[in-house]
Amino acid sequence: MTFSGVISTGWVSHDGKRPPAFLVASAVAVALAALIPVVYLIVRSVGSGSEWADIIWRVSTAAVFGRTFLLIAAVTAISITVAVPVAWLTVRADIPLRRVLSVASVLPLVLPSFVMATTVIEMYSPRGVLQGWLSIFGVERLPDIYGLGGATLVLVLMTYPYVLLTVRGALRRMDPGLEEAARAMGYGPIHTFRAVTLPMLRPAIAAGSLLVGLYTLSDFGGVTLLRYQTFTSTIMIQYETSIDRTLAAVLSLVLVVIAVVLLVGEGFTRGRGAYHRSTVGAVRPARRADLGRWRWGGVAVVGLPVLIGLVIPIGVLVYWLARGLVNDQQLLPLLIPARNSLYISLLAAVLTLGAALPVAILAVRFRSGLSRFIERSTYIGFGLPGVVVALSLVFFGINVARPLYQSVWLLVFAYGVLFLPAGIGALRSSLLQVNPRIEEAAQGLGRSQWRVISSVTIPLVMPGAFAGGAMVFLLTMKELPATLILSPIGYRTLSTSIWSAASEAYFGKTAAAALLLVLVAGVPTAYLTLRGYGPRAEVATRTSPPSAPPGLVGAGH
Amino acid sequence: MWNRVASLWRASVVTAAVCLPVIAGVACGAGADKPGPLVIYSGRSESLIGPLIADFEELTGAEVRVNYGSTGPLAATLLEEGKNTPADVFFAQDPGGLGAIDTMLSELPSDVLSAVPEWAKDPEGRWIGTSGRARVIVYNTDVLSEAELPDSIEDFAKPEWKGRIGWPPTNSSLLAMITAMRQEWGEDRTRDWLKGIIANEPKTYAKNTPTVAAVAAGEIDVGFVNHYYLHRFIAEEGESFAARNYYTRAADPGSVVLVAGVGILEGSDNKELAIQFIKFLLSVSGQQFFASQTYEFPLNDQVQPNDLLPALEDVTKPSIDLGDLTDLAGTQALMREVGALP
Repeated sequence: MTFSGVISTGWVSHDGKRPPAFLVASAVAVALAALIPVVYLIVRSVGSGSEWADIIWRVSTAAVFGRTFLLIAAVTAISITVAVPVAWLTVRADIPLRRVLSVASVLPLVLPSFVMATTVIEMYSPRGVLQGWLSIFGVERLPDIYGLGGATLVLVLMTYPYVLLTVRGALRRMDPGLEEAARAMGYGPIHTFRAVTLPMLRPAIAAGSLLVGLYTLSDFGGVTLLRYQTFTSTIMIQYETSIDRTLAAVLSLVLVVIAVVLLVGEGFTRGRGAYHRSTVGAVRPARRADLGRWRWGGVAVVGLPVLIGLVIPIGVLVYWLARGLVNDQQLLPLLIPARNSLYISLLAAVLTLGAALPVAILAVRFRSGLSRFIERSTYIGFGLPGVVVALSLVFFGINVARPLYQSVWLLVFAYGVLFLPAGIGALRSSLLQVNPRIEEAAQGLGRSQWRVISSVTIPLVMPGAFAGGAMVFLLTMKELPATLILSPIGYRTLSTSIWSAASEAYFGKTAAAALLLVLVAGVPTAYLTLRGYGPRAEVATRTSPPSAPPGLVGAGH
Repeated sequence: MWNRVASLWRASVVTAAVCLPVIAGVACGAGADKPGPLVIYSGRSESLIGPLIADFEELTGAEVRVNYGSTGPLAATLLEEGKNTPADVFFAQDPGGLGAIDTMLSELPSDVLSAVPEWAKDPEGRWIGTSGRARVIVYNTDVLSEAELPDSIEDFAKPEWKGRIGWPPTNSSLLAMITAMRQEWGEDRTRDWLKGIIANEPKTYAKNTPTVAAVAAGEIDVGFVNHYYLHRFIAEEGESFAARNYYTRAADPGSVVLVAGVGILEGSDNKELAIQFIKFLLSVSGQQFFASQTYEFPLNDQVQPNDLLPALEDVTKPSIDLGDLTDLAGTQALMREVGALP
């Protein structure tokens, strides 16, 4: 039996198709790499004494779990509520400043959580900047920002772009025909959105929300600064207060269990429906709705998260920088860190998407229990604290891949293990919108499966690839714990420069590096965001008189 | 465009397969024969000690490569790397980090150890303090004056301080202070103090920095922190920063002086340069750097502290040897018992 025969034997998808061997082999390799942290945690936990059982019991109180799930639920729900309208307005409506806002609405993703948290505290704490502004109205003290409210605010600002990016990718490839048909049959714009558009967006919303939930689960910097205790902050306390790897590993395994619960939960929201055009043919771009006098309302909806999540933090950073400079604070040289950040993030984005592709294709085109397991297993790293993943790769590097240890390659590998789900989620939701019959047609015309994937599938999932690439790029730009532990000795990036200054309360230096991070991240983000737009879509003519509520799509003219 | 991206994907797979061994081979080949650069794992950040490292390189002509990180994760990394660690020197924020890996450290020569007082080094000579950091009470100057503050940290357990205190209970220096209390006061008295503090509903902060910021912002009246953060805030924000440090008048653990310290890894093949580096840190110029740039207390008695600080002998510190503050687990257990830690 041939190699490919061995690999594909016993692997038949629900609809009876057999995946090509190269696809299975590369997807399995990716999944194995993604599971390194779990293997490490099991190895480290074995041989731990009996005391760990007590510790799990003590730490895993109902209150801690309750708070963790409450935060995840709140952040996910609010992120969806914020992101879906922003996505629709920036893709499907002709609002003023659309391109600028499209890019700016993604950028809060690049702010490291401790920068976002510190700027939020500076602004909205009981005696913060906002209170200073309000003091002319006699406001002496603002309500406490700390706790669930503040932690939710910080995490929503940092995570709504996940949903935004995946939903935008989906909106761009969605066939406007269905919506137009709904309108033609007399559905109003809102009814059309609820009955047609939203259900079609479900895989994209789910993919983005899963990232939001897992990120919230893994976040440490944001929640501790906002003084909200979650399971991860509890684990990290064990890490910081005692350097007990066994204990931290045992507790992290509990985190793996929570991540699996989230993954299974998301699995239930996935339907078996089709999300692609039922007939073969090119999807034409949707025409943009003309919002008429509601245009500025649309700008306000998109602008509010940009204001709170980007403009105000940048304002605080500029203030810190100016104050530091006035007080003669020296700045650190940032040219090389900026170059390193850019280089390594682009490398991570390209390689991670390359690794994500076979997993996504296998999961969508060859649905089976096994392909599903492979896809889901890549998500676990995203729900673990960066330190845990980094230490697992120290373990892997020292014991298995010695020549790669402390090279840029192991660092990029770590980014891949951490951020694969961002690439897979975006590709997956894009792939669902491509009718498999297009690929079948290409195969029927005599192209090999490899050629079909490279010349048909990949071009068609580009909107998802751009969205996923943007996410991996931005996530890598700000990643800290793995960068600190795994980068080659002496390798500096913008995020390590920010940390270096922030951990010693040098706010001017922190601000200089953080502002440069936003600037350097902005250019590729602009490219990735605007590139997916393709040629300028035609703007719909108004379907109703100017006084009427906004029209959705100008159908049937 | 599409074909380009498609080929990019393929190219990346090929690149990974072809380049990795090549690059790895180059990396492996280097540094096998003569001792390479001095490799330091530093829990102290670059913004603090970067210039000092540059001075050392200039002075000796040696090449130094530093892996900056947080003390805890770096210690965990060292444990994970074990004998294979590329590190020659571990420069830690606190004795706790050094204590966690002290079995991996080699004994320092006696001429190095003699440079600092007895209380500021490992009794077994495996690590040595390089600069002192005092525990202080930082207070809001709009609400309090130093005269209104009690002589001893013990008094903050009284009900009059309810709702006015902030602390970072997970911070290693704070835990070291509690360990010093157990050493000095005994278990029961420390427990009573902690219970009193918890009854006063202290606000818990993630770290020292946000605690100091919260004091200045008036969120809390007093905070239990290390002394030098205040001076960095003042340097950054100006003299109007509304907080100052108070070194307890009573010689109690509230003003115990801790150290940042350094040790040499057992497996280092660069021990001579490593010793030279430690000697440099303890030299007059090295110690002057800490005094002037990081606002820490020099441990070499030929160097005076920063003008902003009291003299080290005027800090009424209790007679505690840092080598005795090893029972971190006992402190954590006590903190959990009273509900200060989860």
